[in-house]
Amino acid sequence: MTVFALIDGNSFYCSCERVFDPTLAKRPVIVLSNGDGCAVARTPEAKALGIRMGQPWFQMRDLCRTNKVAVFSSNYALYGDMSARMNEVYRLFSPAIEVYSIDESFLDLSGLGGTDLVAHARELRATVRQWTGIPTCVGLGPTKTLAKLANWLAKHDPERGGVCDFREAGPREAAMARIPVGEVWGVGSASVGKLEALGCRTAADLARLDPYLARQLLTVVGERIVWELRGTSCLPLEEVAPPRKGCAVTRNFAGRVEDLATLQEAVAAHTTRLAEKLRHHGLATDALTVFFHTSTHDAGPQHAASRTVTLPEATNDTLALLRAARATVAAIWREGFRYSKAGVMTMGLIRAEEAPRPLFDGLDRERSARLMGALDAVNARWGRGTLVPASTGLTRAWATRFEHRSPRYTTQLDELPLARA
Amino acid sequence: MFLLRHHEFESQAEAWSLPFVLEGLCAGFPSPADDHLEPDINLLELLIPNRPATFLWRVDGHSMKDAGIFHGDLLIVDRSLTPRHGDVVVAVVNGERSLKRLLLDGPRPRLALENRDFPAFAVPEAAEVEIWGVVRCNVHWLRGRR
Repeated sequence: MTVFALIDGNSFYCSCERVFDPTLAKRPVIVLSNGDGCAVARTPEAKALGIRMGQPWFQMRDLCRTNKVAVFSSNYALYGDMSARMNEVYRLFSPAIEVYSIDESFLDLSGLGGTDLVAHARELRATVRQWTGIPTCVGLGPTKTLAKLANWLAKHDPERGGVCDFREAGPREAAMARIPVGEVWGVGSASVGKLEALGCRTAADLARLDPYLARQLLTVVGERIVWELRGTSCLPLEEVAPPRKGCAVTRNFAGRVEDLATLQEAVAAHTTRLAEKLRHHGLATDALTVFFHTSTHDAGPQHAASRTVTLPEATNDTLALLRAARATVAAIWREGFRYSKAGVMTMGLIRAEEAPRPLFDGLDRERSARLMGALDAVNARWGRGTLVPASTGLTRAWATRFEHRSPRYTTQLDELPLARA
Repeated sequence: MFLLRHHEFESQAEAWSLPFVLEGLCAGFPSPADDHLEPDINLLELLIPNRPATFLWRVDGHSMKDAGIFHGDLLIVDRSLTPRHGDVVVAVVNGERSLKRLLLDGPRPRLALENRDFPAFAVPEAAEVEIWGVVRCNVHWLRGRR
C-alpha cells in the first residue's frame, strides 16, 4: 500500500530563532518578510495576540512593543541551513523524499512494510527535535493530499501528539467532516466560494463530490483533489525538483522613493541579483518584467507601473539585463508619486546552454561567460555585493534594512552562538 | 617533484585531501609506496561524524580554562549525543547559554565550571536547566586564530 508522510516545522522560522536564543522559549515570536514588510511566521503566542499572517509591520509595531513580542527580520541563511539539516534526518527515515518547500517535505514510506508507521513517525519527530531543536508535525495518508490534510490536523489538535494517521478510511472520514474545505491542499479562496455555493463545506463533503462535477467546477486539478481525498493517489513523489519556470526579485523600500535616479539604482540592484540567481541555476531569459508601485497604505495618489520587454536573445548576463531594465524604467517612469516597492521578474526560463543564437549582432557569449564567471567568483569568495555594477549605487539609501536580523548562527564563523564560560 | 601551493585551494574542503602519492610516473623505478596507497585521512568526518546534528559554538569567557578550553575557542557540539557523566556541555540555565562540566554521580545532576581562580558554581534552586548539546571536541588554534 502506498503511504505518504508530510512533515513540516512548527512556526518554522520562529522555531529556528528559538533554537539559538533560549530566552525566546516562552515569548511570542514573529518573523518579518524580506525587507521587514509583513509577518510571515508567528508562534502560537503571537497568533493569540491577534497578529495575522501577512499583516504589515507598521500596523503591529505598537502591539508588539506592548506585549514584548520578539520581532525578527528574515534570516534565510539560518532557515535554509536548518531546513537542509532536517531533510538530512528525513533521509535516514525514508528511502525517498520530496523537498516541497523550505519547511515541508513529503516522505514515501510505502516500502516500509511491516513497520509500525505511527511509531516510525514519532521517532522521526523526536530525532529531528533532538538533533536540530525544531518541533515538527507529521501527517500520514495514502495520498499526498491526505498526508497534507492529516498534517493540518496534527497541528491543530494537540491531543494527537504531533502525528495524525489518515490511512484508515473510517477514522479519516470522521475527522474530515470537521475540517473546513479551504484547508484542503490546492483549494484556494476562489474555489471555496464555488464549493460552498454547492453546500460543499468540509473536506469530507469535497471527497463525496462527483469527480465529473469537480472537473467542471475546478478544472482537472479539482477532479484530482477529489480522487486524492478518496484515497486514490494521483500525485507522485517528485524527488527531483522540476526546473524553475520563473524568478523574481522584489523589495519594499526602506522609505518612499520619489526620484528617478534612486529608483534606477534600486531596479539595477534587483536586476543584478536576478542575474546572479539565473546563473546559479544555469538558466537564461529573453523577457524581463520591471515594476514599481506606491503603497495602498499611503494616503497620497496611487500609481502602479509595469512593463515586460523582450530581449534579442535569452541571456543571464548582468550587463545585458541591466541595459534592458534601465531603458524600461525610463520608459514607464512617472513623476509625482511616492513609490514603496520595485521589482524585476522573468518567466519562461530556459537552460542557458540551449538558448538559440540570433543570426546577426548576437552577444559575445564567451566574453560574457568569462566576465560573469569572474564576477560570481569574486562575490562567492569575498561575500555577495563585493563586486557590483556601479549603476546599483554606492549608498543604497533606498535599501530596506534588516533591522532585526539575528546572527547567521550556522553559516558565518564570526556570528556563531556564544557559550558563556 | 610537485609543489603544494596552498593559495591554489579553492575551498577548505579541497585542502583536506592532499595527494600523498603521485601516480603515472613512468620514468625510472616505480614507487614502492604505490601498492600501499590508502585513502586520505578525512578530518571533517573525524570531528563531525553526524553533520545534521552538529553545530559550532564560540567560547566566551575563562571559566573552563582548567579543562583546556579557552576564551575564543571553537566548540564542536553534537546534539545527537546523549549527555553522560563528565561530558562538557552547552547548558541553558534560566535562559543563559553557558559552558559547563556535567556531573551525574550525585543524587541530582550538577554543573561545574573549571577554573580554580573562580568561585565554585552551583545551579540555583528552582532554576530551569536544559542541556543544549554535548561538546564533542574543542578547536584551539595555536597560530592564526579563526
